[in-house]
Amino acid sequence: QLSLFRFTVKRPFSTSYSSVDSKEMKKFQLLAHKWWDEEGEYAALHAMNDIRVPFIRDTLLSMSSNYHPGNPLSGIKILDVGCGGGLLSEPLGRLGASVTGIDPVEDNIRTADRHKSFDPVLDKRIQYKSSSLEEIVEESMETFDVIVASEVVEHVADLETFIKCCSQVLKPEGSLFITTINKTQLSYVLGIVVAEKIMGIVPEGTHEWEKFVPPEELERLLESNGFSVRTVNGMLYNPLSGSWGWMESTSLNYAVHAVKSGAQARSHTTDAPPETDIQQHSATAGTAG
Amino acid sequence: SSAAMAALRGWALLAPLGARLRAGPRAPLRSAASAPPLYDVVVSGGGMVGSAMAAVLGHDIHFHDKKIALLEAGPRKEYDHVPDSYSNRVSSISPGSATLLRSCGAWDHVCNLRLKPFRRMQVWDACSEAMIVFEKDDLDDMGYIVENDVIMSALTKQLDAVADRVEVFYRSRAVGYTWPLPSHSCDASPWVQVELADGCRLQTKLLIGADGHNSVVRKEAEIKNIAHQYDQSAVVATLHLSEATDNNVAWQRFLPTGPIALLPLSDTASSLVWSTSHDHASELLAMDEESFVDSINSAFWSNKNHSDLIDTAGAMFRSAISLLKPSGTAVRQLPPSVAKVDPESRAMFPLGMGHATEYVQHRVALIGDAAHRVHPLAGQGVNLGFGDIACLAHHLSATAFNGSDLGSLKHLLKFETERQRHNVSLIAATDVLKRLYSTTLAPLVLLRTWGLQATNALPPVKVRI
Repeated sequence: QLSLFRFTVKRPFSTSYSSVDSKEMKKFQLLAHKWWDEEGEYAALHAMNDIRVPFIRDTLLSMSSNYHPGNPLSGIKILDVGCGGGLLSEPLGRLGASVTGIDPVEDNIRTADRHKSFDPVLDKRIQYKSSSLEEIVEESMETFDVIVASEVVEHVADLETFIKCCSQVLKPEGSLFITTINKTQLSYVLGIVVAEKIMGIVPEGTHEWEKFVPPEELERLLESNGFSVRTVNGMLYNPLSGSWGWMESTSLNYAVHAVKSGAQARSHTTDAPPETDIQQHSATAGTAG
Repeated sequence: SSAAMAALRGWALLAPLGARLRAGPRAPLRSAASAPPLYDVVVSGGGMVGSAMAAVLGHDIHFHDKKIALLEAGPRKEYDHVPDSYSNRVSSISPGSATLLRSCGAWDHVCNLRLKPFRRMQVWDACSEAMIVFEKDDLDDMGYIVENDVIMSALTKQLDAVADRVEVFYRSRAVGYTWPLPSHSCDASPWVQVELADGCRLQTKLLIGADGHNSVVRKEAEIKNIAHQYDQSAVVATLHLSEATDNNVAWQRFLPTGPIALLPLSDTASSLVWSTSHDHASELLAMDEESFVDSINSAFWSNKNHSDLIDTAGAMFRSAISLLKPSGTAVRQLPPSVAKVDPESRAMFPLGMGHATEYVQHRVALIGDAAHRVHPLAGQGVNLGFGDIACLAHHLSATAFNGSDLGSLKHLLKFETERQRHNVSLIAATDVLKRLYSTTLAPLVLLRTWGLQATNALPPVKVRI
């Protein structure tokens, strides 16, 4: 009965809305004012910053030779797709990046705008826009160095269209970071039954198991749309400690880093590098006199 | 309205973390244009601990582009050359604290001004022969006796070095703090508002309270403090020894009235820290210089508190130990004798202990004496504060490198857990020692005598101390 409301009509991706699911929008509208309560409905997303921000930061640092002390992401233009209340945009902004956050739910953008307005530095570095990805493609061709789509692809109606749009607004050799949930029996039991219905880690109804994306399918779609997948890593939430960690298995949550091919097409293997790389990068917080 | 505030407070008490999100007076609405200047960190209190906190953060690579403010009620303290006479307020600086000061470049200045390393600590009981000696096997320094003014001067220089990041407000006293409402109500300012005596206002993402054992930050944040006034005052003075000596030993003798300590300043001078009853302290301050010097020598040398029972029991215990562990009793050195006291250097201050039940709240952290106050008998006071700084700076640095909100309670709690775990046992132990040594009752004296002798003989326990 749920599919009656689904907006899955395929249209050319340069006109609007084909990757935005209006039923999904409604779910998030109801919680628009709850984004910034660290102990509330979005607590697990706040906690996820502790691994997804270092992952993005360290990957980008390892790919560039400039380092600005205090602003490691200085000079980098990032698009945060499905930014919600700005939970991920703000840390990226604090690290020096110029961030554009887009979200189809206007209330989310309003919340995000208000929250960043109190910090003059963030106010300048982050711009929010109520929009879908398709709507900004025309004016933003090859504009961004990085796209982050965290906890978003499991909510879009048409994943391939979404990926094509990402490729269009990304500069050649730009990076795409995705975090999402695998479609497995385990993710149904833990991700829906336990997380939503039993423990209330995620508000009930947030996720639909049907829309979860297995990493193999995501990799296939990325590779066939001009991306080369560099990293796939499993993530695990510990509800007792309220914190996230990396794990070998991608059977629950996972993160992907992919790079848009440059001018010449290149072929890459898609082996996931060992987890130890990630841990080494994020182990240090330096103090230098 | 007050009913709404009461309801909010009531709700806040139910949730364990919610209790930390204070519902104080509502922060006034301001447009961004007229808002007071916003700092990433404001440190309230420019003593040794507050200044070191600001200097360490100012030298942290991840704070390169951040704005820090240090509020100090007093004037700027700095000198290029040390005065000829010693200040009567000195601190025993541990190697760990020296490392922290080195990390922000202040230790070099200290070394260029004046300090005295010591190699050995001898602690003994006035009621028995029991003694414990602390010594490092590897000929490293155990610690350093440094005048507080020297440390302040060194820190001031290093604050100057990062003036582009750290703004120091001298002669500025904070008179009011306004706390933000819990973060999910997004109409009012999310920052801490600080009002200064001269009417200036600041906003900050994190307020660090380093304003001493009567901390205003702690009081305004309504953090419960367990405090106890000891019935003791400490008498300090600068003393001149009868004869020049290597003077690299710190001496402490536990008298029934309290511990008396001699901390080396140079080959000919030492600093006195004598904790005793309020009345006796006043007497010591009032008596003439000769009598004062006699009291000190008598305190270190006289055996009038020994009893035959204790002496015999102690001697038996010692020979028992030497059977089991031949090297277990150390050579007893004799403390130096004092010839005169620096005029004008005698002073006294009351002693107490205190421990804040929480070190952190949303956007607030306490360090140094604001968080914990101990008896000087362990020589730990400022070292605990420097330890707080090392831990808090480490966590704030990681938080900054992750792009997270510096005032977020979730990250501040990591600092609290780590430091409370370390501090509570030391503060409790110091308190117990103080009480244990405040008596001449034979059973307790025997207990501590044997305890001290056993501790002296057992390397693992000694190393832990």
